[in-house]
Amino acid sequence: MLPTPSTSHVCFDRVYEPAEDSFLLLDTLSSSSEVAFLQERFSKAQSTPPLILEVGVGSGVVLAFAAVNGNRIFGRQDVLTIGTDINSFACKAAAQTIRTAIVEHGHGASISLDVINGDLASCLRPHSVDVFIFNPPYVPAELPDFARHESYNSLPEGQKKTTFEQDSYLLELSYAGGEDGMVVTDRMLEQIPEILSDDRGVAYVLLCAQNKPEQVKERIRQWYPGWMAEAVGSSGKQAGWEKLQIIRIWKEQA
Amino acid sequence: MKLLTLNFLTCAIKTCKTSPSSFPLHPRDAELEILETDINLPFLKNILPRLMWDELRTITSELGLPELPPAAPTREDLVEPGAQAAEGEEVEEQPSQTAKDLHRVLLETTVKEGKLACGNCGHEYKVMEGVPNFLLPGHLV
Repeated sequence: MLPTPSTSHVCFDRVYEPAEDSFLLLDTLSSSSEVAFLQERFSKAQSTPPLILEVGVGSGVVLAFAAVNGNRIFGRQDVLTIGTDINSFACKAAAQTIRTAIVEHGHGASISLDVINGDLASCLRPHSVDVFIFNPPYVPAELPDFARHESYNSLPEGQKKTTFEQDSYLLELSYAGGEDGMVVTDRMLEQIPEILSDDRGVAYVLLCAQNKPEQVKERIRQWYPGWMAEAVGSSGKQAGWEKLQIIRIWKEQA
Repeated sequence: MKLLTLNFLTCAIKTCKTSPSSFPLHPRDAELEILETDINLPFLKNILPRLMWDELRTITSELGLPELPPAAPTREDLVEPGAQAAEGEEVEEQPSQTAKDLHRVLLETTVKEGKLACGNCGHEYKVMEGVPNFLLPGHLV
């Protein structure tokens, strides 16, 4: 088993703590079937380094894992990683997680760009992303009130600590997904054909049972001819129900 | 924020994306910091086709950095010539000065504080403590 990056420096009062969903992503990306798929796509000699984007990095545990295991997962020593999060505290925490992981386990195996404070993938150049990873806010719960975002996204003026209300708001951003838990995920799915590279782009998105994953996959297959969506990892099986699953979204290469 | 990151970023405003002037974003009032990292020669060789060279030259000149050559280097330009392997011996390729300079520009030169301006709409994104902020005020989303 590949080591899990350390997140002991992260304050989980306002940044999502790695949980079952995060670990399912790590296990899926490093599973033998996904490694075979990814190496087939990305390990060709002298091909350009794939850009891996994770949206909503939180503590950074998933992106750090991808960064230090570039060789094991993608079959190359030069993958590029970039992250975004709407929560500025998460951006700083994740950058630290990735730096530490690279020092401890990296052996110069990847190139880490930055963690950007932004909304989903809105600041990425179209068709520049080769591997997209998203552990969305998937819980069917009311979305927080974004009107407060600007004031809650940094330390209160002249203060060294965040407030309790601020922390609650920042954590809500990490899990609350509105109706069916799909409001944020649907917004992100819409951007996927636009951000993925045309020839080799692939996306991994986590869904929970309440997100109606079968319907989501069916919708993706109807985007344009050639788009595929399949479950490639799952956890929490109860009476035939999978509580969480990772779907892989990609276009059949012509 | 590393300068290579700017190779992949554009204005977050939807209507700007189709306009060529929304890329690259232009650094303004930038405070730079050099953060040294290990050089990865295979990476530098493989990234060349992904670099938007003319735009990178624009950014470095706007930042007042030494001028980059008009054309991007080739893979061969990045390897120090001369290291001949004796029979039965493998010699690891060494980075040339061109490779070291490119590494310095792409991965070690960082924007610590400043702004990134869109050439199309003029919107300025702040960079604070090395973290760019691409969140838009409500009326621009």
